[in-house]
Order: sequence, then structure tokens, then C-alpha cells
Amino acid sequence: MASSQTWLFRPFQERSTQIFLGVLFSALVLVTFLHLFMPQDSALHVSAYTVTLLGKYLCYALLAVAVDLVWGYLGILSLGHGAFFALGGYAMGMYLMRQIGDRGTYGDPLLPDFMVFLNWQELPWYWLGFDMAWFAFIMVLLAPGLLALVFGFLAFRSRVTGVYLSIITQALTFALMLAFFRNEMGFGGNNGLTDFRDILGFNLRSDATRLGLFIATGVALAIGYVICRGIVTSKLGRVSIACRDAEARTRFLGYRVERVQLFVFVVSAMLAGVAGALYVPQVGIINPSEFSPLFSIEIVVWVALGGRATLYGAVIGAILVNYAKTVFTGVMPDAWLFALGALFVLVTVFLPKGIAGLLQKDRKANANDDAPAAQEATA
Amino acid sequence: MSMFEQLTNRERVFEFLEPAQSPVDVRHGPILYMEDVNVSFDGFHAINNLNLTIDDGELRCIIGPNGAGKTTMMDIITGKTRPDNGSVWFGSRHNLLTMNEPEIASLGIGRKFQKPTVFEALTVFENLELAMATNKGIWPTLTAILKPEHRDRIGEVLETIKLEPLCNKPAGILSHGQKQWLEIGMLLMQKPRLLLVDEPVAGMTEQEMERTAELLTSLAGKQSVVVVEHDMGFVRSIARKVTVLHQGSVLAEGTMDQVSNDPEVIKVYLGEEA
Amino acid sequence: MSIFRLLAGLIFVWCITLGPSLATAQVQDDAAQALLQRLVEASNAERTAVLKQISESGDERARGWLEAFSAGKLATVKESGTTVVVLNNVGRNWTVASALNGEELGKVSRRALATVRVNNSLRSEVEGLLAVIDLTAANPDVRLAAARDLLGEVDGALVAQIEQRAQVDDNSAVRDMLATALAIHRLEQGDVSAVETLSGSLNAKARAALNNASNSDDPALAAAAAQALESIEQKLKMNRAAETLYFGLSLGSVLVLAAIGLAITFGVMGVINMAHGELIMLGAYTTWGMQQLFPGQPGLALILSIPAGFLVAALAGIAIERSVIQYLKGRPLETLLATFGISLILQQLVRTLVSPLNRSVVTPDWMSGSIMINEALSLTLNRLYVIGFALVVFAGLMLIMRKTRLGLEVRAVTQNRAMARSMGIKATKVDILTFALGSGVAGLAGVALSQITNVGPNLGQNYIIDSFMVVVFGGVGNLWGTLVAGLTLGTINQVLEPWAGAVLAKIMVLVMIILFIQKRPKGLFPQKGRAAEG
Repeated sequence: MASSQTWLFRPFQERSTQIFLGVLFSALVLVTFLHLFMPQDSALHVSAYTVTLLGKYLCYALLAVAVDLVWGYLGILSLGHGAFFALGGYAMGMYLMRQIGDRGTYGDPLLPDFMVFLNWQELPWYWLGFDMAWFAFIMVLLAPGLLALVFGFLAFRSRVTGVYLSIITQALTFALMLAFFRNEMGFGGNNGLTDFRDILGFNLRSDATRLGLFIATGVALAIGYVICRGIVTSKLGRVSIACRDAEARTRFLGYRVERVQLFVFVVSAMLAGVAGALYVPQVGIINPSEFSPLFSIEIVVWVALGGRATLYGAVIGAILVNYAKTVFTGVMPDAWLFALGALFVLVTVFLPKGIAGLLQKDRKANANDDAPAAQEATA
Repeated sequence: MSMFEQLTNRERVFEFLEPAQSPVDVRHGPILYMEDVNVSFDGFHAINNLNLTIDDGELRCIIGPNGAGKTTMMDIITGKTRPDNGSVWFGSRHNLLTMNEPEIASLGIGRKFQKPTVFEALTVFENLELAMATNKGIWPTLTAILKPEHRDRIGEVLETIKLEPLCNKPAGILSHGQKQWLEIGMLLMQKPRLLLVDEPVAGMTEQEMERTAELLTSLAGKQSVVVVEHDMGFVRSIARKVTVLHQGSVLAEGTMDQVSNDPEVIKVYLGEEA
Repeated sequence: MSIFRLLAGLIFVWCITLGPSLATAQVQDDAAQALLQRLVEASNAERTAVLKQISESGDERARGWLEAFSAGKLATVKESGTTVVVLNNVGRNWTVASALNGEELGKVSRRALATVRVNNSLRSEVEGLLAVIDLTAANPDVRLAAARDLLGEVDGALVAQIEQRAQVDDNSAVRDMLATALAIHRLEQGDVSAVETLSGSLNAKARAALNNASNSDDPALAAAAAQALESIEQKLKMNRAAETLYFGLSLGSVLVLAAIGLAITFGVMGVINMAHGELIMLGAYTTWGMQQLFPGQPGLALILSIPAGFLVAALAGIAIERSVIQYLKGRPLETLLATFGISLILQQLVRTLVSPLNRSVVTPDWMSGSIMINEALSLTLNRLYVIGFALVVFAGLMLIMRKTRLGLEVRAVTQNRAMARSMGIKATKVDILTFALGSGVAGLAGVALSQITNVGPNLGQNYIIDSFMVVVFGGVGNLWGTLVAGLTLGTINQVLEPWAGAVLAKIMVLVMIILFIQKRPKGLFPQKGRAAEG
């Protein structure tokens, strides 16, 4: 391996990144091909429905990568990442809502249907600007980023870590869920935002737009993955691990642990926001249930199943669990919570390193001296 | 202390000789100055009117029975514990009581914990890399690239602490003694002006102990070193000046011979050892 | 021998007590029969007098007759001439009951009955009579309720009657109530002197009357009324504060109950049990189950639920500890995840085995109702019981932790596991017992919660975050902290609720805790100590 010329290229020199990107792009190309060029009646044809389903999985995968970044490398078990995901989703939802224009049920050119329904006279100030795509897309990053910044600043400054932080993040998303359930908040209350028509001028119901969103999600996942890998392979990544394993020691070395935590936390929150923003146009709705503590903790179990502190493990875990969820809820919906609960227990007790841990074990068994040699080369 | 004495002080280290660019100002006196410091936990007085002065370049050993307040004293100096009252100065310019741990660390105070604390998931090399005295802000750390001179510096320290062969192994697999050494190595990478070393030879073989003693004495002069240790033989082998702590305050101070003949000290500490 | 004597004595007593009452009942029946007879036969003009006689007869059944009469349901059976009350007048055959003893007489053809006719003027006559009829009842509570009903309803026709009652009644509360009723009437007539009587009253009707008076054209009256209103407002504020405090304490004690078990498992053992809420739920379902076992005896079932709920939750806790938590020692985050999984399983188990819907748990009679402190303040009994229960549980736990061998061993193991083991303490056993204790207390919380909230699969979920907040706020590992934190949070929540709404109040409390942890990361009552890492 060549020595790192600049930090920008560092993530690409990792073997795992190359493999991951290779697999991801092949999958994107394959799905696109099967969707576009296979005849409808062929067994190999991938329907628009499946494309969207896969797109949804990729959103979850990006979300899981974001959680793995803070949990795996920084040791911060966030039980509130669903909140960042949902905030990104709401920012996108608001844009899509404004795009409806006067095509809503009530035909009001300015107000979304639910506001007309609630007899609101004018658009709340925080809805202003969301008719412009660029503004909305910035808010997708900014809304979760700011929340993470403020929350993280307060929490990390007073050195709230470990389970305390987990519980407080859970309380955070719980509080937000309660807040978003209120009609007065102006985010559609219970029903959330839905009935979207188009995005950037493309009809959301058309197959082409769905495929486009799927590919966009894949690209976003690739970028998010590379960003995370970049952080993880940098010295900052090693400092993160240092914070995770021996916070006090890191502090005595002169690192501002709380700033490291804050930086990584905010990056992670923004990635979660992007995942949420891509999720909303594909599923066609965003409502407060995305804020529910259960969803946030589910994300964690995806990462746990895939294997912490590997990034690709998070992707594997997210896709596997959600595929299982799709299957289960179709066949026997009642059993899903049993399966999920059992998964929580089994993974933590029997598979602490997740699937990635199994893979690594295999690799180590195959090529015992390979790993240290590679490390020596990088050092 | 007059200005003249200050300037002619044999222990004085001139700027260009200093190992690190520590901003500490020792022209007007000692490198560490603690006065009337008190700490209590739930009514228990861990530190009781503690007065302690460490001169620049000095090697000081601190001994005392369990619960004498040795570790708490280090916690206070490094900003981990805030005293109830008193003052702690680093040089004549820096009031340590107004700073947090990273600030104090970047001022040039390094600390080795009682229980060796290294980053077990990282390699020995990476442990040293993290400890290196560089800009430790977020962006510089994110974009940091290991330059050849850094690598050389790490190589030097690796050689000093005899861990070259294990350089790419995770620190978690090291033996207790090796971890102690690695932590000392990390201290060296920090290039601190003041080293606080808590029980450096616990779990070391006789041979390793000797090397540690050698290393610490060689550091003194360039850097100030404060060693807390239980092992009397080790203390005797390195100590020039010994401070005995008892119940949170200084019981006696002087050479090893002086303190070991002090009847008070014998009563509370050495007597039990003998 | 003695049994016979006892029996003989009992019979004797029975004879002398019951005998005369039977006799008077007979006398009453005769008189009542005569009155009813007259009511049936009299002309409309005479009926007014008869109705009045009935209402003044002091007969307990008088109200029923008058009501039936006014509803046109008083009738005579044409053949026998007995007076009956029509219970159901739908269809051709009407169900009737004897007017004298209430005995159901079955269905009688509509044609066989002669309904006693009533007109509007008689009806309003009856209404007035009904209003005062209970004023003569023997039970002071009934009289008081009747007097309360009169507030604002007094009209000229009733004044004399009420004034008379207000003088002769032997119960001061009834007398005051009647005086208030009269004063409201006088105030409505524009009598300034009535203001004085009403000025101390917390009654809503009195206030409404004063309010009206303060808008009256008579400036003297308006001013006096306004002043009286102000002093009432002052008093009301105090009462409202007291009520808020009561609700706060009640919510707080619920939080304490929910959190105190957690304070043991999390605070003392350091185990994060996310299934704690589901243990609470199990306790609540145990109460429901006990009530299914003892139908018709909710009180007994509830009392039996206390040990049963404790046991069920404690056993569930032991199962969780043995099957999962013991393998995750020293890995708090993993414990959190695993126990969360368990909580999902438990919830789903209840949904599958019992029902996804809420079950209703009956509140026994002695726990329902409320204690009325004054007109504006009444304390619901079930909440009062919960407050008491929380305090008892807390005291019990304190005793266990402070005074028993188990408490000592628990503290020893948590402070230094290795040392405790070397001193012969079986750490594993202590772990199990501690966890069982914490879980059992969660079960107790469930029993209490079943009395004030819905029992459903989501019951625990609703409390888990709050409980953790209480423990964190109070300072981990400190039972007193949990008590103070629980009561404080409950009160704050209730204080905020009126002007912020329930949801917003909850959010504000959460935000407040997050900010509070800024100032004191270790809670209200932190455990101090020398740095653990060294």
C-alpha cells in the first residue's frame, strides 16, 4: 500500500473501502439493469416496488453507518439517532409539501392541506424558504446538525457519557416525538407530512424517479461511508478510539475529548439527517413515529448485529434486519417483535462482535500473518 | 528568592534547551507550587492544608501510606479534582485551578496513572503517535499526516522503552510491565515540563525496575519529575529529595536518609514497612 | 350451655330492637297507603296539598313517589286498586312495582292501569318539593347533598321552608349550606347584606352569584361583591396551589414507585434494566389476574396482589438476571440492549397471551371516592393510597438496605466485589437477591399503577424513561435522592401543566433535567468519592 499522500485519499487506500464501494456500485448497476432491461414478466425483473424497498434499506444502511461512527469508534451509544433521521426527513418533507402547491385537496397555493384543515391563516415562519430546494437541502444537514451541536455541547461539556448519555438521548427523541405529535407544532401532528407529488420537478410516483432516488441513495451511502472511513482512518479516528477506551487518559494527553465527541456526533447526526431526507420521498410519508425510542434503539441493534466499529458491518446489519422485518411482517406480523427482541438478546450475549466479527475471524484463520504485515506497511 | 539567584540557578533551563515549547514561566520560582490545599469527600479530608513546592528540573519522590492523598494530589494538579480551597500554580504564570485537563496537559504536565492506562485497541505505535506533542485541535488532528520526523521521534521513544518489536501489536496484548513502559513512553512523547508518575514500577521485574530508575533520573534536570511510589528500594535508588505525605498533608521532607530517620515518619509509615 | 344462653340473649336483643321497628314500619305503611290513595283520588287543586303532605311525611319512599308522579308513572291497578310505580312503559304490557314496598309485580296490561294524571303546574310544584324533600332525610350526607342542589335554585316559594330547615337542622355543614343557598337567593334579589355571608364561600355557585352581582347596576352592591370575589379568589388560589401540590405529590409518588426498583438495580448494582417498565407491567397484570381469580372481591384481590405482584415480578427479574444479565457483567451498554430486547418480548407476550387492548382493573370501594377538604379542594382516595403505598415501600426498602444482612452484603458487593467475596459473601447470590428485590418493587409499582392508570402492554414503556430520569436526577445509587427527585419532578410537572399543557410540560421537564445535569452531572445527591480510575 502506498503511503498516504494526503488525508483526502486515505479512506480509499483501505482494502475494506475498495471492496465496499465495489460491491455497492455493482449492486446499483445490477439493480438498475434488471429494472430497466429485464422484461416485466421475467423472474429476474426488479419491480419499481422492489427498487424503492431497496432504496429504503440503503437509507437505513446510511443511518446505521452514522450510528456506528459514534457508537463503534467513539463509544457513544446514541439511542436518539432516530431523531436526527426524522429531522432530516421532516426538512425534506416540508420541501415536498411546499412542492405540492395548489394541487392539494383544499387547493391552497401556500398552505399545506393539514394547515388549511386546522384553519391556519398563514404559513408559520419556520416553513418559509422550504419551497426552495437548495434551502431545504441545507436544512436537511443543518436541522439535525444544530440539534446535535446544542445537545452534544451540553452533554459532552458536562461529561455525560456511557449509559447516562444513552438514556438522555432516548429522552431527547422521546420529547421530540411528543412535541411533533402536537398539531400546534405545525408539522402535521399525528399524520405527519404526506401526499407528496414531485421532487425537483420529477413525479414521485414515476418509476424513473424511484430508480433515480434509489441510485441517489446508493451514492449518498457511498459518500457517507467514505466520509466516515476518512474520519476513522485519520488520527482523529484514533483519538476517537482513545476517547472510547480511556477518556481520562486522552484528556491528560491534551486532547479536548468533548470537542472530538461533539465533532463526530454532529457529523454523524448530519449523515442521519441525509438518510432521513432520502427516506421520505421513497416511502412517501414522514410522521412522528420515526422519533419513537423503539426505532432509535432498533438502529443500534442493526449495528450490533453487523458488528460495531467496522462501518460495513452496520450496512450488512441494517439490510439484513430490515429484510427480515419485511419478510416477517408480511408472513407473521405478531412474531416480528419476538424475533427482534430475541435478536437483541442473542447478539449481545452470543455475538458481541457481530457478523463482521465472524468474517474477521475467518479471515484471520485463513491468512494469519496477513493483517499485521498490512498494518506494518501503513505504519 | 532574588532575581539574581533566579538567573544563576543551576537548575534553570534556558528556552532553547527546553524539550518542548511549554509556556511555563519558571524564572520567578518553582515549577509547581501548591499552597494550603484542602479537599474533602463527604466529610473525609483527603487533602489537608497541603503545601508542596517542586523546583524546575527536580526529581521528587512522594511516599506515604495508603490514603495519604498521593493520588488525590495528582488529581488536583492535573485538573481532575477541584480542591475546596488553596492555590496551585504551574510556574509563576499559570493558575492550574482555573484550567481543565487538556489545557493543563498542553501546558506541559504529563501524568502516568497508577493503573497503567494505555489505549488497548490501538497499536503501540499509535499510542505513541497520539501522545506526540502536536496541535491537538479537531481539524489538525483530522488532517494530520505522519511526517518522517514524527516517525523518527516515535522510533526514538520506542527504542527507549524497548518496545520496538511490538510496535504494531495492539497495546492490549502487552504485559503489565510493558504497559507501564508504554505509558512512560507516551509521557515522553508529550515532552512535558512536569511529569507526574504514579507507581511506575508496580508489576515490573527487578531488571525493568532498574531501567525505569535510570530513565527517570536521566529525565530529571531537563524535566521535573514527581514520582509516587510504594517500593522503598526503588525510591532509595532514585530519590534525591523525598516528601512524606500523611493524612493529606506533608509530614516530612528531605533526603531519603533524613526522612527515614524522622521519628514521626517511622511511626506512621516506615515503621510498618520494617 | 353457654352457647344456648348466648343464642337466647341474641334472640332477645333481636326481638327488642327489631320488633318495634317492624311495628313502626307497619304504621308508616298504613299512613303512606292513605296518602297515596288521596293523591290518586284528589282533584288537581287538592293534589298540591297532598303532595306537600307526602313530602313532609318524612317517609323515605316519598321521593320515589314524587318522582314517579311527576314523570306520570304513578298508577293504580284498576282491579285491585293498589298503587304502583311503572318501571317500564314501553309496549303494551308495562312492568310495575308496588309503590309501598318496591316489590316487582311483573307485567300488567296498559289497559288495566290508571295513570295518575299530572300537569305542568303540578310538575313544577313537585320539583320544588323534591328539592327540599331530602332536607328532611335522616342521613346528614343526603341532606347536605340536597342543600347543595339548592344553591342558586332557591325561589320565593321555597324560602320559608328552607329558612325553617336552616334553623332546625342539627348538622352545621347542612346549616351553612342552606344559609349559603339563601344568601345567593337574597343576593339575586339585590340584598347587599347577603354578600357578607357569601364572602368566605368557595362554592362555585356562590362565586357565580357574586360575579353577577359585581356587574349589577347598584354600585354599592357591585363594589361589595367585587371585594368579596377578590377574597374568594385569594382563597381559591391557595386551594388550587394545594391541589396542584397534591397532584404533584401523587404523580411524584408514582414516579418514585416506578423508579425506586430501578434505583436498586441500576443505582446500586449498576445494571441497566430496560425491561424494568415491563416488570411494572407484570405487576399490574398480576392485579388484573387476581381480580379474575376473585371476581366480585376487588379489595381482597388487590391486597393479595401486593405479595403476588412482588413475587411475579421478582421471579421474572431472577429469570432475566440468570438468563442474560449475568453474562453481560461490566458491559452496561450491551446490558441495556439485551434487556431492551427482553422488554420487547415481554410486551409482545402479553399482547399475544392476554390481549393487545387495555384491561380494566376494578378499584375497590374503599379506594374510590374522595375526601372533601372544602368546596374547592377534594382529594381522590386512590391517589392518597398510592402516596401512602409509595412511602411505605420506600421506608421498607430503606430498612432492608440499612438494617438487614442482605442490605449490608449488597452494599459490600457493590463497593468491592472481590473483597466481599473473599470475606465469604456469595456475590452471585447477592446479585440475584438484589435484582429480585428491585424487580419485585417494580411489581409493587405495577400493582399501585393498576389503580390509577390503564393496564395495557404499553404500561411499562410509558414509565421507563421517566423512571430513568428520576434516578439520574436524584443521583445514582441514592434512595433518598430517588425519593426527592421523584416527588420534585412530579410536582414540577403538575405546576407546569396548567399553563403549558401535559405534553409541553413533559418536554419542559425533560429539557430541565438535561440542563440540570449540566450543573450537576451526578444528580441531586451525588456519591462522592476518590477518583475510581487511578
